[in-house]
Amino acid sequence: MSVDAATAAPALTVQGISKSFGERRAVRDVSFEIARGELVAIIGPNGAGKTTLLSILAGIQQSDEGSVAQPDGTTARIGWVPQQTAIYGKLTVAQNLRLFAKLEKVSDPEATVERMLDQTGLGERADEELGRLSGGNRQRVNIAVGLLADPPVLLLDEPSGALDPRQRERLWGFITALTQRGTAVIFATHDIAEAERHADRVLVLADGELLFDDAPAELKRIAQADDEHDLEQAFVGFLRDRGH
Amino acid sequence: MRWMLLKDLQILRRSKLLVGLLVVYPVAIALLIGFSLSSGPEKPSLAFLNQIPATQNTINFGDEKIDVKVYTDKLFDAVDRIDVENREQALEKVRTGEALAALIIPSDFVMKLSNGGFNSATVEVVYNGEALQQSFVESTVQSKLALADAALARQINKVASGYIKVITTGGEINALGQTFKLLGLVESKKLLDDTLQDASPQIARRLEPLQNFADIGVANIGRFNDVLNTVERPVEVDETVVSGRRTPLDTFAVALAVTVSLMFVCVLLASGLLALEREENTFSRLARGLVPGGWLLAGKVVLAAACAFVVTLVMLLGISAFVPLDYGRVALWILAIAASGIAFATLGVAIGSLAREVRAASLLALMLALPLAFLALVPSGGVSPVLYDVIQVISALFPFKPALDAINNAINAADASMLVALAHLAALTIAFGGAAYWGLRRFASA
Ligand SMILES: Nc1ncnc2c1ncn2[C@@H]1O[C@H](COP(=O)(O)OP(=O)(O)OP(=O)(O)O)[C@@H](O)[C@H]1O
Ligand SMILES: [Mg+2]
Repeated sequence: MSVDAATAAPALTVQGISKSFGERRAVRDVSFEIARGELVAIIGPNGAGKTTLLSILAGIQQSDEGSVAQPDGTTARIGWVPQQTAIYGKLTVAQNLRLFAKLEKVSDPEATVERMLDQTGLGERADEELGRLSGGNRQRVNIAVGLLADPPVLLLDEPSGALDPRQRERLWGFITALTQRGTAVIFATHDIAEAERHADRVLVLADGELLFDDAPAELKRIAQADDEHDLEQAFVGFLRDRGH
Repeated sequence: MRWMLLKDLQILRRSKLLVGLLVVYPVAIALLIGFSLSSGPEKPSLAFLNQIPATQNTINFGDEKIDVKVYTDKLFDAVDRIDVENREQALEKVRTGEALAALIIPSDFVMKLSNGGFNSATVEVVYNGEALQQSFVESTVQSKLALADAALARQINKVASGYIKVITTGGEINALGQTFKLLGLVESKKLLDDTLQDASPQIARRLEPLQNFADIGVANIGRFNDVLNTVERPVEVDETVVSGRRTPLDTFAVALAVTVSLMFVCVLLASGLLALEREENTFSRLARGLVPGGWLLAGKVVLAAACAFVVTLVMLLGISAFVPLDYGRVALWILAIAASGIAFATLGVAIGSLAREVRAASLLALMLALPLAFLALVPSGGVSPVLYDVIQVISALFPFKPALDAINNAINAADASMLVALAHLAALTIAFGGAAYWGLRRFASA
């Protein structure tokens, strides 16, 4: 954590969020805070409610109960990288970036587009139609669109799944740089090692319930990961012990 | 194979919108067609004014009489007859729509027919000026008139060929209450030939023209009947249009073509553009306050309407090369096409807000637009009054009918009813805009 969280107001305060789809309770009474510059991982099984929680934070879905608050006076939008690519297949890479840069009212759209093309390593393919790119490359653009606006809080839903190792490294380099400048970042992932390596804090979500909210080392300790059992195995055991 | 079938059925069971459409659509169309076939007025109502004096109910050809009823009965066996007292009443019935048309048989009808000179006998048919309705009534009345004419013509032929036969071969005819015996052309010629054999050369020379005449007459007798048979339409129809103006069917067809194209371009484009945002998942990005829902919808509506506007205006100019259109009203064309386009496109986004994919949106749009156009074209009197009222209500809920009214008005003759149509379009635009906004929040944000 590069900014002293204790002195500053939280970048985001989540209070008692619940959301149901018919009978199914996707998120149950989840509360937490995230400070400026903090990097938080959300892990949990498939269907745990990670995407639902993040999209409520992003303002895409309405929660049934609870509230999401930014510090008073904040007008900036929360940044959002969805799990499924959300960009125009018939536009080129550059056109997609330029469009969203303008919609996000970025101060210098052209420079931002250049920066993002550079960041994603897609400069050479800038004028190709998005629909023709490989799945991983599409995901790169999808992430880049979410990073355009330089928001105070950034949400990423399984951003690295489709990326090759080199792109993953680039992505984490970029995100770490953002947190050092004070951006609060929350990301959902199934890659426990990634969560352990990069996150300041880990939230464990299962069946919509928040089971754990602390540093990765603490999770490791509770889950009794040791040399024989790596963190992933330990995590599965942790969930099993709690009935999931 | 079996498992694939089962899988497809399971998929269909999940696709409620699609299956609902697939069920409702054919049922609705079948009901519609069934209704219009079974409950259509086989007898369109026709105001009838018979000005023939009661004493002149028969057409006289010498002693032969043809009852005028031969003519009128043929007409009215297929028509619901409303008897009226005078010409003003007949016109009024047509103007108010109580009768689809009026048929007036003038008082001199029998006299003119009896005096020969068949072409001068006329009946008058009064129509309403509305293009579609008129073409419908016209074809109905014309076919009935043709039937009646044929019946009358047969009667006349029968009488006339009776005369010809008597003139040719001899016989008895009754005229002026007396019976005459007629010699006949054939007998006359024989008599003449016999007489001339014994006559002096002087007399023979003087009667030679008469003999030639008889020769020619006998030789050409067969042709008299042929000539008679060509008299197929002994009665002429005199057409009157009540509303003063009359939209010719071809300029009405122009308005129709323009409206249909406008509808398809607008509805398909607007619904597709909106559904694309969900198909690509970009809607969720935009919904984070990047683009407010109202602006998103307005953007699609304006774009679709603008594209369709250009297409139809070019189309209209192209058509005007073949059908003469009044360029003085171009401003009205633009107004009508723009208002209609915006209404159609708003319907399009309302449809698009329900669909998750472009293809589903297009299918939905097509399935809705086609029958609406069909319904709006059902002429009054084409189906039973109750069904017609139902159709009117349904048509009024969608933009096709008012758009057609506005565009037809703009192209053919502008009057106050264009304002009504434009106001109607504006109201529908607001209503469908609201529906689209609601649909977007309800279905698209999940
Ligand atoms: N639109 C929806 N309608 C009905 N149920 C939904 C909807 N969206 C999510 N759910 C349900 O809510 C629960 C949480 O889903 P969510 O997508 O948030 O899980 P997740 O943790 O992101 O899973 P994954 O790791 O697979 O991405 C699931 O049981 C899912 O079926
Ligand atoms: Mg998810």
